Amino acid sequence: MDRRVFLKSSGLTLSAAAGIAVPAIGSAQAGPIRIGMMAPLSGVVAAGGREMVDGFKMYWDSVGNEVGGRKVEVIVEDDAGNPDTALQKARRLVEKTQVDFLFGNLLANTGLAVANYVKGNGVPYFIPIIAADDLTQRDRIPNVIRVAGYAASQFPPPLADWALKQGHKRVATISQDYSFGHEQCGGFCQIFSEGGGTIVQQFWNPLNTSDFSPYLGQIAALNIDAIFIMELGSDANRFMQQFANFGLKGKLPMLGAMNFTDQSVIRTAGPECEGILSSAHFAEGSDNPATQKFVAAYQKKFNILPSLYGFSMYSGAMWVADAIRKVNGAVDKRAEFLEAVRKTELTDSPLGRPVRLDSFGNPIYDVYIRKVVKNKDGKYWNVPVETYKNISQFWTYDPQVYMKQPPYSRTFQGIKKS
Amino acid sequence: MSAQQPVAPPRPVEAPVAPGRGSRAPLYWGLLVAVVFALLPLPLSSYQMSLATEILIFALLAMSIDMLAGYAGLVSLGHGAIFGTATYVVLYWTTVVGGSPWIGVALGIVAATALSVVFALFATRVTGVYFLLLTLALGMIVWGVCLRWTSVTGGENGIRGGGRPEVIADPIVFYYVILAIVAVLTLLVWRFIKSPFGLSLSGIRDSASRMRSLGYNVPLHVFLAFTVSGFVAGIAGACYALFNNFVSPSTVQLSQSVEGLLMAIIGGIGTLVGSFIGAAVIIVLENVVSEYTARWPMVLGGMFVVTMIVAPEGILGAVRKLFRRVRKG
Repeated sequence: MDRRVFLKSSGLTLSAAAGIAVPAIGSAQAGPIRIGMMAPLSGVVAAGGREMVDGFKMYWDSVGNEVGGRKVEVIVEDDAGNPDTALQKARRLVEKTQVDFLFGNLLANTGLAVANYVKGNGVPYFIPIIAADDLTQRDRIPNVIRVAGYAASQFPPPLADWALKQGHKRVATISQDYSFGHEQCGGFCQIFSEGGGTIVQQFWNPLNTSDFSPYLGQIAALNIDAIFIMELGSDANRFMQQFANFGLKGKLPMLGAMNFTDQSVIRTAGPECEGILSSAHFAEGSDNPATQKFVAAYQKKFNILPSLYGFSMYSGAMWVADAIRKVNGAVDKRAEFLEAVRKTELTDSPLGRPVRLDSFGNPIYDVYIRKVVKNKDGKYWNVPVETYKNISQFWTYDPQVYMKQPPYSRTFQGIKKS
Repeated sequence: MSAQQPVAPPRPVEAPVAPGRGSRAPLYWGLLVAVVFALLPLPLSSYQMSLATEILIFALLAMSIDMLAGYAGLVSLGHGAIFGTATYVVLYWTTVVGGSPWIGVALGIVAATALSVVFALFATRVTGVYFLLLTLALGMIVWGVCLRWTSVTGGENGIRGGGRPEVIADPIVFYYVILAIVAVLTLLVWRFIKSPFGLSLSGIRDSASRMRSLGYNVPLHVFLAFTVSGFVAGIAGACYALFNNFVSPSTVQLSQSVEGLLMAIIGGIGTLVGSFIGAAVIIVLENVVSEYTARWPMVLGGMFVVTMIVAPEGILGAVRKLFRRVRKG
């Protein structure tokens, strides 16, 4: 009896003392932070999806899967590149696995479906790959933040400006015929035409075009100074190949959307990709020490140069980890956690330059004009040739004025009539 | 509450399907399924509830396909498009137009039925594999329109809804509402199939030429059956709009039609109740298997092959066979 009383009382005292010594460890924070990550691991974009997972896990491994005093557990789900599947998986992650927040998805339609789901329940959702303009513009959702991502029409404007400065007056565009293409093309066309250039013609090819010769024949016949190309995946490889076979390479300057010369495309390409210009926030061939450190580490681990998928997920994880440290691991206090993410200025990312979010949840970057060249290992990569500082998703426009114009589509490309 | 729905006045004298087997058997199966579904919310979590709701909706789609495939012998690959058309119309009406969801649901069902009338006008002219190909082509047209008519359908990004109306926002309430709708429709479809009209459909399946020589208007029968089936698929599609709150071309694409057909086949073609079993098996497997491996589509594919070899008459068919064998001793 006495012993029990003693044990009880001493136990109480001890625990009370411990409580004073280590304050403010809420019981809700005891377990690991659970992150639900979705990526297409089956279907046509599965290769990109796997790089997303690699990049994401690479960051968490580098910090020992621990942040803000809590363990981190990443639960990966396959969205199959299908919005209905993505929605089902998001539901499972939130309602069954009870993750603290969601991360990922590759295709815009999967991201939009999940964003609409979290709109209703307030679960934080981070989208380093989903570029659909309106998610951080006209239809923004407070708990959806594009950490380390970019809006589709954010990077083509600097390229358009640069093209004007090179003296290009007449440009045609060819793009895959879906929203991501419409938005990137629109960003280019609006700035190029408002700067005094002429968009001579626009071609829209369906996804998975195997033969570009009908388009190339027409392009060759146009009297143009350069061509803007927005293709990704195997379409991009085929376009480069056929462009070169057509004898256009070297005669007609190629201006690419960022995805056109991404590592996921040029990794397997030959000399046909050399010299293509594009614009992006990340250039794996930049001589910035932080970038080169990341590229070397990535190459060592996966034996390939990092693509945008791997890089963006890595940096996105880093961004959120910084915010988790700020709130001492209390990710369940959503409002504070989201505020911390919004306020975070990422300083130690592979970009080597500080990055912050605009008030719409989209990052502001220094944007490179990049050129594809061969590196010392004989691999093609993107090297910066010029930098545009502090480029937001609104270019030089006032956000409120900009958002009054309709979103870019096949029918609205923002082309100024001259 | 809705558990009572299937206990409608039993009609024991209704045309027996096969001699030697009680005509009440399907009723018992139906009752069993209804009771199981009515009691589901008790042990399930909210995520599992959403799966159960999805199973009910897809069972309705599978049933609409089974009506044609199992009783009229016409295998359709266009029902995903009919289903998805209703989903599109509901979401377009509620978000772009900003109208009431109830009117949206009504419009969605009307649109799906109208579309199936158009499909049916073509479909009555052909049978067999040509019917399959024609419905496939018509479905592809709908998919193409949804993908390309960006100003209305939002292209491949689709349309995002604003959420369910307040009354049915709660997942449990919504589940029971769907269960009630599905139960009532199942009963109606069952009555339809067992009616003289339904029996003449079976006659057409077995021998169209004999039915024609007996004076039946075969094209009219097929036309009406297809329209009714499209109407049921439309209701499923409208329910899906309320459930998913999002629609994109993947909802109307071929794989949707194929999935509905597979559910009907796995459960057992020509059984109606089998649709519930097929939908449950496929949706649960999709979710369970994908938890363990990224190669889940392969596992599902393998399962389909095995089912086709071991139990070509579907799960319900295999179970019935087993019962019969046990009874015979």
